[in-house]
Amino acid sequence: MAKDVLIEIGLEELPARFIDDAEKQLLSKATKWLEEQRISFDSVTSFSTPRRLAVKISNIAEYQTTIEEEAKGPAEKIAKDENGEWTKAAIGFTKGQGKTPDDIYTKEIKGISYIFVKKHIDGKPVSDLLPEFKGIIESIQFGKNMRWASETLRYARPIRWLVALYGNDAIPFEITGVQTANKTVGHRFLGKEITLNDPSEYESSLAENYVVVNSKEREKLILKGIEALEKENGFKIPVDADLLAEVRNLVEYPTVFMGSFEDKFLHLPAEVLITSMKEHQRYFPVITKDGDLLPHFIGVRNGDDHHLGTVARGNEKVLRARLSDGEFFFEEDKKQSISYYQEKLDRVVFQEKLGTISDKVKRIIAITESITDLLELEESAKKKALRAAEISKFDLMTNMVNEFTELQGVIGEKYAVHFGEDADVAQAIREHYLPKQANGDLPDTLIGAIVSIADKVDTIVGCISVGLIPTGSQDPYGLRRQAAGILRIMENRKWDVSLEEILDAALSVYQQTQIEQHSNEEVQKELNEFFRHRAVFLLKEMDIAQDVIHAVLHAEVGRFDYTISKAKILADKRNDESFKPVQEALTRVLNLSDKAGDTDSITPERFVTDTEKELFEKYRSAKKDFPAYNQVKAADDALSSLAELAEPIHEFFENNMVMTDDIKIRANRLGLIHELSLMIKDFADFRIIEWKQQF
Amino acid sequence: MNIQEMILTLQKHWSEENCILMQAYDTEKGAGTMSPMTLLRSLGPEPWNVAYVEPSRRPADGRYGENPNRLYQHHQFQVIMKPSPDNIQELYLESLKKLGIDPLAHDIRFVEDNWENPTLGAAGLGWEVWLDGMEITQFTYFQQIGGLEANPVTVEITYGIERLASYIQDKENVFELEWNNGVTVRDIFYQPEYEHSKYTFEESNTEMLFQLFSMYEEEARATMEKGLVFPAYDYVLKCSHTFNLLDAKGVISVTERTGYISRIRNLARSIAKIYVAEREKLGFPMLQKEEN
Repeated sequence: MAKDVLIEIGLEELPARFIDDAEKQLLSKATKWLEEQRISFDSVTSFSTPRRLAVKISNIAEYQTTIEEEAKGPAEKIAKDENGEWTKAAIGFTKGQGKTPDDIYTKEIKGISYIFVKKHIDGKPVSDLLPEFKGIIESIQFGKNMRWASETLRYARPIRWLVALYGNDAIPFEITGVQTANKTVGHRFLGKEITLNDPSEYESSLAENYVVVNSKEREKLILKGIEALEKENGFKIPVDADLLAEVRNLVEYPTVFMGSFEDKFLHLPAEVLITSMKEHQRYFPVITKDGDLLPHFIGVRNGDDHHLGTVARGNEKVLRARLSDGEFFFEEDKKQSISYYQEKLDRVVFQEKLGTISDKVKRIIAITESITDLLELEESAKKKALRAAEISKFDLMTNMVNEFTELQGVIGEKYAVHFGEDADVAQAIREHYLPKQANGDLPDTLIGAIVSIADKVDTIVGCISVGLIPTGSQDPYGLRRQAAGILRIMENRKWDVSLEEILDAALSVYQQTQIEQHSNEEVQKELNEFFRHRAVFLLKEMDIAQDVIHAVLHAEVGRFDYTISKAKILADKRNDESFKPVQEALTRVLNLSDKAGDTDSITPERFVTDTEKELFEKYRSAKKDFPAYNQVKAADDALSSLAELAEPIHEFFENNMVMTDDIKIRANRLGLIHELSLMIKDFADFRIIEWKQQF
Repeated sequence: MNIQEMILTLQKHWSEENCILMQAYDTEKGAGTMSPMTLLRSLGPEPWNVAYVEPSRRPADGRYGENPNRLYQHHQFQVIMKPSPDNIQELYLESLKKLGIDPLAHDIRFVEDNWENPTLGAAGLGWEVWLDGMEITQFTYFQQIGGLEANPVTVEITYGIERLASYIQDKENVFELEWNNGVTVRDIFYQPEYEHSKYTFEESNTEMLFQLFSMYEEEARATMEKGLVFPAYDYVLKCSHTFNLLDAKGVISVTERTGYISRIRNLARSIAKIYVAEREKLGFPMLQKEEN
């Protein structure tokens, strides 16, 4: 009868964040190993808890699959001497393959006859190979590794026991002095040591000992407990997926419980309550059907429901202490004023070379002003934006943000309202930190968007000016994330302002500071390169092909929403065969334009042939509309107006010799080509687009 | 169980596990880790098992005796074992049972928490131990000490005595904790808490403290150059505490702050190297003792 295999790595409590990935690795490494070793099996299943990673292989073959293959030897004329006897070379070859000359046969390859023997590789017994699991276990990668005692292995946490069973036999190997056996342990407090007679007993034996080895099972149990409490109490418990995933990996046997706190804490900002519960204590907050917070929380205990009341009371005590701290900070903070906190910013360094946060705020104000000018904002909105910029960082100096750092901005908004600031200004303080992650929420308000960009541009331009450029995985100031944030906001806002205009504004702000910077030219080059990479990355995320991306980004990032529209329409047209001649015409112009000199300009009277006159006319009419389409970012129309030039361009090249000997006519024609190329390049560099691949 | 009984229980438990029972080290420090009995002894190959109570001063946490949870000086019970024993978690959990904490009636968990002390060039991996959601112990496998790789690895268990007591005695306010029967934390520590807070935040002589810092630093350097590790380390501790006093008073700006921290770290790193070299000169006596 085919047997099962069970491997379990027993560990001191693994960090919750590593568990899912480690389980996945164990599963895929085991599967890959079985395939490479030509070992057949029915299925591989993986398990994990904070204290164990395990994999079970069912119905594993007893032997590796045997191999039949032919081994090629030397050419026949080398293998046989003049008498037709086997030479030393032939005999040596058969020996090497574990065969005799009797096994030789010949076959022709490309007209030459070679000698061969048939090789048969017997599959080894699987039991001989299973100890290789040692290597699989040791090769699991974790986000952070440690050493313990005098061991040299680096692993997430110390290995304390190993189960390796093949049917009811132990598979012998050891890691860091721990020898494999058929013994595992149950829940730390509720379970006992377990002797496994067969891999098939694994899940049930552990379940009897208060360990649910399947993490999805644990998740279901938690959800069931949550639903029961919802039903019983008529409230709602929104389940945050990340928190659920973490909590299920903090326990081996989950039991859900409810705790409460005093009503008086409900007047604290909701974010303070939620952060205390979720981030600090890993509780789920509880809300009414209308979404208001209730003074309860849901925790998950690692154990059964005995003395659950004691556990709930203990947890309540911890939360109460945290919320009391929060309340104390809230009351103390409100006694001060915004200017009190503003003054303190003078003492906090933003970055050694870039000065204090106060210095940064001054730059944010100046950049904000430039952006409001570029946007031609009306006076009242501009005033609000400048005020928001001015007090964008005051909350960093409050007790509350000092304790709950993740609430920067959120607390700023609450306190700004308390101190009598305009609601839009207050909201912008919170929003200027957005987006927080790659796909995070963007600012809802115009002012929030402006200050957000000003703050981020200041950081990026500042860091790059003093040589703090991200390399590889090193991006300590999060410049890449912030650059992507800027571009996403520009896409979302559809402003009539290009990225380059904003960067210029920031650069000129920096030039008025005392900060020692790299040369302006160098910084500009680095900045363009840096933003271009981010733009390429974002366009790729939209599934736009590499060549189209480079075609629209050949010169600058520009008004990013328009750049995206252009990329999208080109990506679409690229699949349209009728567009091919257009691309060819535009490409011809671009190729030739490189030959045009600075002095080549158009003198209309010098056009002599009909076709060049025609092209010049078409160019003049296209030029009338083109800037307008660009202005309203009508990528469709802009491209159509370029497409209308295709026919005359072809005609022009068909019937005219641009590089004619007549210098004046040549210069005139080159001048036309040059003008055309400027218009075309304004849209995209069509030469980069690889049309052919698509058909 | 009062605090005194808790300490006696922990001392008995760990002495039975062959830890040397030490007394608190007599120089001010912010954490039990900074005692030379931990910081220096966890360096190098020699085995070392020790347990002691360490009064730990954190000037910035001073609250004039008014805050129910924060203290200028609290107490840590520190256990150090090198190399880390295989059953260290079980030994620890056993100690909780002896303190009257029945794991079946509570929720005890090991939640990832990696510890780092930049002033000492020290870092480790481990957990904070949660008792019904409250952090009662820091449990760390040292990976680096004084900038040197820890080999063999030392495990450090730091019980927060007042935290644990507030749970065991079910008290909300640290000052209500019973030290022994009839004497509370308030009776013993309220006045020093108030006075140290007042001194730290209002009365300390800033200019003198800055001078002292430099003098201590200089003396630490000069002393360590003579290969006198322990006296030199005492001056590093003095530097650290003086820095904490200045920092708590808010007279060190953020830029200067990093500068001071790196000055202390540099001292700690140099001493770590010299300590190991001096022990080597002596032929790592504790190692030989074990072999005999």
